[in-house]
Amino acid sequence: MANIIVLVKQVPDTNARIVLSGDRVDLSAVKKVMSPYDEFAVENALQHREASGGEVTAITVGGSGADKVLKDAKAIGVDHIVRIDCDTHLDSNALQTILASVISTLGGEVVYCGKSAADTGAGSTGPGVAERLGWASVSNTTSVTFGDQLSVVTPSSGGNARVNVPLPAVISCDKGNIKVRKPNVKGIMQAKKAQVDVRSVDAPASTVSVVAHSMPPAKPAGKSYQGGAAAAEVAQLLRDEANVI
Amino acid sequence: MTETIVIAEIVKGAVHPTTAELITAAHALGSQPVVVVPCADASVADGAAQFSGAARVLAAKSDVFSNYDAAGWASALDAVAPAGVIITSASPQSKDLAARLAARRGISVVQDVVQIEGGNLTSPIYSGKAMQTVSLSGNAVVTVRPNIFAPAGNDGSNDVSVVDTTGNIATAVQEFMARASTRIDVAEANIIISGGRGMGTPANFTHLEAIADTLGAAVGASRAAVDTWDEIPHSMQVGQTGKTVNPNLYIAVGISGAIQHLAGMRSSKYIVAINKDADAPIFQHADYGIVATWEEALPILQSTLSAMMA
Repeated sequence: MANIIVLVKQVPDTNARIVLSGDRVDLSAVKKVMSPYDEFAVENALQHREASGGEVTAITVGGSGADKVLKDAKAIGVDHIVRIDCDTHLDSNALQTILASVISTLGGEVVYCGKSAADTGAGSTGPGVAERLGWASVSNTTSVTFGDQLSVVTPSSGGNARVNVPLPAVISCDKGNIKVRKPNVKGIMQAKKAQVDVRSVDAPASTVSVVAHSMPPAKPAGKSYQGGAAAAEVAQLLRDEANVI
Repeated sequence: MTETIVIAEIVKGAVHPTTAELITAAHALGSQPVVVVPCADASVADGAAQFSGAARVLAAKSDVFSNYDAAGWASALDAVAPAGVIITSASPQSKDLAARLAARRGISVVQDVVQIEGGNLTSPIYSGKAMQTVSLSGNAVVTVRPNIFAPAGNDGSNDVSVVDTTGNIATAVQEFMARASTRIDVAEANIIISGGRGMGTPANFTHLEAIADTLGAAVGASRAAVDTWDEIPHSMQVGQTGKTVNPNLYIAVGISGAIQHLAGMRSSKYIVAINKDADAPIFQHADYGIVATWEEALPILQSTLSAMMA
């Protein structure tokens, strides 16, 4: 029986256009979804439960609008859903501190999360939470085998490494070859009725503050050519103008 | 003045040239960095002795550094790295290390920095659809994207001091599984040539492989290609649900430029696009765009490159 935690985050749909309002991104018109890598984390958490028994708790951090990502996780099959109530910007130190605190309170024994969230792309949460808990961590895993300890596959220079991971541990999941399950009608109905366990935790003050958001610098228009014969000229330019070959 | 510490990027047991870019980033934050080289054999740190602009080089010597383990590396580096702003490469392994090291010191981490100005750090967010600029009020760990900052010079003569350290390894490598292909991986390559569904069949990727071998490049693929053909593995996928890459040269062949593909490669230094559809979005991001079928363009590209590299 394992007490399994999965961390999920609500992010803008990856196909959405991001716009600015003043010097901040304006996400008011953007559809929000579960961060894509978190879907693999949820799937691994559910497979862990099937292999060893136990229960899966999904945790997110956010305001009440973030309940939807928990309901989505519930519909796929997690047992419990917890939201750490917070509507302000947290730096990684503050975020990881409150997550580690709640994971400890819940008695978690293994944590799955996505290798990075689709909004920041940072990938800091898994290893950072593990360090705060004093646990092992492996990031970018493409395969997890369950047992008294985990056996995971992660990229290594020149190929992959199969690594033994003693529990407790935090596993940050890449896509790999697993297929994620989709919610069924029963799951969706249960999710509608499910209660979100809302918790408040004091976060330390953030020392990283957002100054501004901006659009990426526009790239100057490139050179364009018609017809495959131009490939010869482009090859020359790559050497003589761009100096990249 | 902010004290800065550069953790040397170690690839295949040697100091990687990217480390010189981290030294430039440290100067942008305001000081000459101490360069800490994680190594099992102190002679590895000699690879950092020639960098210009370093305050000194510290060989952090421990058996912990024989294989990568996030907990072991973070604890062994924490024990010897001075206090200050720590800078590492934004490679997948070093981002993981940076997050653990920051957490160990109870400070924050700022990942994937591409610009440092007036003490403020800018990183792409939403897969590069927008940028976020942050300020620091205290120490932090900062990871810097490769191929952005100009490398520091190579005419230094730094003293290398060796300090023994130790850490708590949490995981154990059972086995290394070498890639079946000897070709370099997209995550590690300076040049990438990628194919999309426009290649028609997976067998046609051999034309990309031939050019890759000429250039010492990696072969990548779009999500559409990976999803359509079983022969094209996910490990080749560049994009939001694949690998984010930042090479000097990215050649996209038969790839339309879906937003999730652009997310994974748009920060490449130079982009070449070959596509028969003149309206393909990839052309808006290309430094050199060729409107042609791959059947027309690739043989000419191959023969020209072969002649140049001969």
